[in-house]
Amino acid sequence: MAPTATQAAGSAPVFKTKRPLPFPLNIYQSAIGRKWVMAWTGIGLLGFVIVHMIGNLHLYEGPSRMYEYAETLRDLGGGLLPRTLLLWIMRVGLLAMFVVHLHSAYTLKERSRLASERAGFVGGAKKYASKRDYIAANYASRTMRWTGPIVGLYVLFHLADLTWGWWLGDAYVRGDPYHNVVESLSSIPVAIIYVVANVALAVHIFHGTWSMFQSLGVNNPRYNGLRRNLATALAGVVLVGNLSFPVLVQAGLVDEDNRDCPVNDTTGLECLGKAAEAH
Amino acid sequence: MSGANGVTSQASQQSHGGTLSLTLRIWRQDGPDAPGRFHTFDAPNISEDMSFLELLDIINERLIEGGDVPIEFDHDCREGICGMCSLMINGRAHGHELATTTCQLHMRKFTDGDVITVEPFRAKAFPVVRDLVVDRSSFDRIIEAGGYISVNTGAVGDANQTPVPKQAADTSMDAAACIGCGACVAACPNSAAQLFTSAKLAHLNLIPQGQPQRWERTEAMVETMEQFFGSCTNHGECTEACPKEISLDFIAFMNRDYVKAKIKNRKLTGQS
Ligand code: HEM
Ligand code: SF4
Ligand code: FES
Repeated sequence: MAPTATQAAGSAPVFKTKRPLPFPLNIYQSAIGRKWVMAWTGIGLLGFVIVHMIGNLHLYEGPSRMYEYAETLRDLGGGLLPRTLLLWIMRVGLLAMFVVHLHSAYTLKERSRLASERAGFVGGAKKYASKRDYIAANYASRTMRWTGPIVGLYVLFHLADLTWGWWLGDAYVRGDPYHNVVESLSSIPVAIIYVVANVALAVHIFHGTWSMFQSLGVNNPRYNGLRRNLATALAGVVLVGNLSFPVLVQAGLVDEDNRDCPVNDTTGLECLGKAAEAH
Repeated sequence: MSGANGVTSQASQQSHGGTLSLTLRIWRQDGPDAPGRFHTFDAPNISEDMSFLELLDIINERLIEGGDVPIEFDHDCREGICGMCSLMINGRAHGHELATTTCQLHMRKFTDGDVITVEPFRAKAFPVVRDLVVDRSSFDRIIEAGGYISVNTGAVGDANQTPVPKQAADTSMDAAACIGCGACVAACPNSAAQLFTSAKLAHLNLIPQGQPQRWERTEAMVETMEQFFGSCTNHGECTEACPKEISLDFIAFMNRDYVKAKIKNRKLTGQS
């Protein structure tokens, strides 16, 4: 052996230390701190996903209740704040969490890829020449770097579909979410996209929920078992709730056959408004 | 144990007499930058009582007899306490036996006719020196950054002068069981060294003797680790590969202490 040359190689840093930014930005500069931020943003996104899912259950109460729910979101803050201000604050906050979550996911993955150089890093994991025999890593933990981007793309698709109405065209009626949802999800390809993406989301949440306690360092050995149960429960609730929409629309159980108000953005919305007030 | 009884029962425990015929695919690489490749070796008549390293010894003796260069692999104590042995055996760090180092892995855990693939531990910060030997001195850099306590070495203090809570002593001992072998990094799909670093931190951060330098140590060791290794995604492969069964809970403890250290160290240097 020729120890001198090789010892130097072993102790040469793989990553350069960056000039520290002022507190608290320096927390995000470290990988552990970045993962900590990732967990917080993950919790924020998780909160959104659950509230969004529960809110959408109003779909099963019919067009006017759904309309009422959408209006309530715009009126959040009551008369105290300008209409839609609070909604916009939440949207901006959500977008910020999304961007930070994504940035941390990407940069930390790059760090792991570089740290595994020469070993090869395929599909988000270090490779050996022989087949790896994983014991603890599960399907969910090994696919975070696939389920994450699938969810990200799906969110864009979902906004274009139901917020901006890009391809529903004339069938899209701003302000009548019940109609838009039924219209969109009655197309088989769209329903399939919703199903696939929400399965990915549930798988992501399954590992994410377990993982975030670890990243935040708030675990307690006594309750570690409960973390798995919580992860299963949250993933299950999100899965069942979100899948129910495309499945029930496709099954014809949610439709517009006995709707009282016409579908258009003039008299239709007026009628929905009156029905909502009557509640 | 006394008398002939003891002797015979011990003898029968040690010698099962069984032998195995195995095929080994072993990674060979002439130097850090040389390309590596697998070489196949037949290993007939391997005693079940041998350790995995003794199997490699046998293969090496044959190589030497034939005038070939023996396979380089790391080892020292051969009793599971030094952390020198390594090896990915059939895709598992230290082989498929849980809580066992390669030197303590016995051939009776394999089956006659097995094909066994042997590779070095892999990570950018563990460059191959030759064959199965990797340079793990990046771990030394982490220890140097804070894996110690500073004490006055004046007159001898009274015994038990510093009370250590029983639970803290026990948990600290669990962490101190880490032998620094690097199996956690090898097994990690991210090449992260969280398990090792967190064990070394918890070992000192849990007990009174480690308190004065706790926050300084945490920041320094974590940041040194981050000069070399990947980012943990909480797969948990490290704990399963670890011959000393170091718990993932230490990683959570390190994560918590690191963010705290960022805040505390700032206060301690007067930037409120
Ligand atoms: C609404 C959507 C999302 C939710 C609710 C969510 C939730 C979470 C949670 C709770 C974690 C655990 C954080 C931790 O352990 O510290 C996590 C991790 C992660 N997320 Fe997301 N996330 C979402 C979207 C995304 C997107 C769009 C991407 C990617 C491009 C992504 C990529 C990742 C990755 C790579 C991890 C790390 C995986 C790991 O530690 O094993 N996520 N996510
Ligand atoms: S934590 Fe376990 S696997 Fe990692 S270096 Fe220590 S003893 Fe080896
Ligand atoms: S040779 Fe010392 S632990 Fe295996």
